[in-house]
Amino acid sequence: MNLNKIFKNALLVALACLALSACAKKVGTGQMQGDVYTGTDTVEYLASGVPDRVFFATNESVLTTKSRETLRKQAAWLRKNSKINVVIEGHADERGTREYNLALGERRANAAKDYLMTYGISADRISVISYGKERPVDSGSNPLSWSKNRRSVTVKAN
Amino acid sequence: MLFRYLFIFFLIIPIKSFALIEVDINRGNLSPLPIAVSPLSLDKETKNNLKKFLEKEDVGAEISSVVENNLKKSGLFNPLSKDSFLQKPDIAHLKPRFEDWALIKAQALITGKVTFSDEKLRVEFRLWDVLAAKEMMALAFTTVPNNWRRVGHIITDKIYERLTGEKGYFDTRIIYVSEEGPKTKRIKKLAIMDQDGFNTKYLTLGNELVLTPRFNPTNQMVTYLSYFRNLPRVYLLDIETGIQEVVGDFPGMTFAPRFSPDGKKIIMSFAKDGNSDIYTMDLENRIVERITNHPSIDTSPSYSPDGKYICFNSDRSGYQQIYIMKSDGSNVKRISFGKGLYGTPVWSPRGDLIAFTKLHKGKFYIGVMRTNGKGERLLTENFYQEAPSWSPNGRVLIFYRETKTDDKGEGFSAKLWSIDLTGYNERLVSTETDASDPSWSSLLSN
Repeated sequence: MNLNKIFKNALLVALACLALSACAKKVGTGQMQGDVYTGTDTVEYLASGVPDRVFFATNESVLTTKSRETLRKQAAWLRKNSKINVVIEGHADERGTREYNLALGERRANAAKDYLMTYGISADRISVISYGKERPVDSGSNPLSWSKNRRSVTVKAN
Repeated sequence: MLFRYLFIFFLIIPIKSFALIEVDINRGNLSPLPIAVSPLSLDKETKNNLKKFLEKEDVGAEISSVVENNLKKSGLFNPLSKDSFLQKPDIAHLKPRFEDWALIKAQALITGKVTFSDEKLRVEFRLWDVLAAKEMMALAFTTVPNNWRRVGHIITDKIYERLTGEKGYFDTRIIYVSEEGPKTKRIKKLAIMDQDGFNTKYLTLGNELVLTPRFNPTNQMVTYLSYFRNLPRVYLLDIETGIQEVVGDFPGMTFAPRFSPDGKKIIMSFAKDGNSDIYTMDLENRIVERITNHPSIDTSPSYSPDGKYICFNSDRSGYQQIYIMKSDGSNVKRISFGKGLYGTPVWSPRGDLIAFTKLHKGKFYIGVMRTNGKGERLLTENFYQEAPSWSPNGRVLIFYRETKTDDKGEGFSAKLWSIDLTGYNERLVSTETDASDPSWSSLLSN
């Protein structure tokens, strides 16, 4: 009887462990699609429902479907708040040479800027700055951390 | 921030031209030459007089330890322990008992003497071939006492040149970016130090992000990237006066600057609307010239030593590769065809090689290839390293390495490392703080 109870408890603990590890795994992969970050850990909001950043694949500056959706929300918010100007910061992960990453960050920031412009935001309201790999948000040295750092962030300038 | 390169030196005995001992620098450091560096002697009176100028008990011993340290770090020499020396420094300098030095297996011997008069330090040294029982070289220098470390570096350069047949790289400085603080909020300052890590001076305060400093050919000016007022632009800094100015009037980020070999131009990238191209600005007439015009990223330009060619980094093939072109931008040719991504090409001061960073399967390599892209050799592999810079004689590369952080994202560090062109003699270069983006000066004297 007693033994049976102990065994049952052990089984429960083992099951809980399994469930936890499975869960942890799910979070790990669930936050990336390909190698583009899809989580919300680092995201801040320009206004309710308007995320401030979009994420990129390694070495890429192509906007994903989700990024375009985010930028359309930013464009709508900018149209509503016509006195607000923004700076778009372009960033790269640490897995590249410093100088190339500066250029890549600039390319990413401009990809976001161009998209906002196609939704009617005037170029003089948007400036861009590249930080290359100089300002990571996540100091980790693993694919998930790197995916959070490959980003462009729209910041209020006034 | 002020330091003048005041230096007077006299040749007292002409260099004899026949080589006795020879050190082969192309073979790697498999059997470094055993060398005895006898402390430079100085008499009591000199010691007492010098104390007023230098807080040094025995500047002769200190100079010889500068020499010893340099020789050891080159990987080509094995300085022997002073405990085993039988002859006194002052007597050895006059007439070495070669049997004594042969007994401790020294093949070369350095002796010297320090005197002090008219507030000037006078240092003489001799290089001896122990087995042939002959003097190979004798020189003397006169300088201000504060320059004593440089005397040690110049002596090392003379010895290195006499024994290897090539110019040394010891009387040089490194300019780099000093780093402090957490990885997500690094504070960066321009710093300059002697090649052996001494005499560090900070040239900026850390109020704005600074990156990629590079010397001009005379080592008086530095070009670098600064985020002053949050506008990333290429700047020019006069080391002696501390005066800074922005280079050109570009409506966007300028970065990746370097001087042309004649020091008259700065070559750099200018990024606009998501496209980076290479430009030059003439420092005299301020004329800006566009060198590349391509929708891809073109960056990290570096001139050949004769100024006729430029190597650079471009992703026009889809990924980062190394290209060369004529200095007017014509005849663009891709030269890197190995597996992986290639960046930061830098032309060797000898003209025959291009050093680079390579990223392949998650590892970073520092390597060299010939200027036609053939003969690729990878010298070192690591988690993250990049940005090689050549010693002025083209024998050694200095670069920086960053560590992988742990599970909590902690434990980040950035350090300078050097490696011999042969792939041997990899060494940590000591710096007061964390460091990156090193750039080697040319020889300050000679």
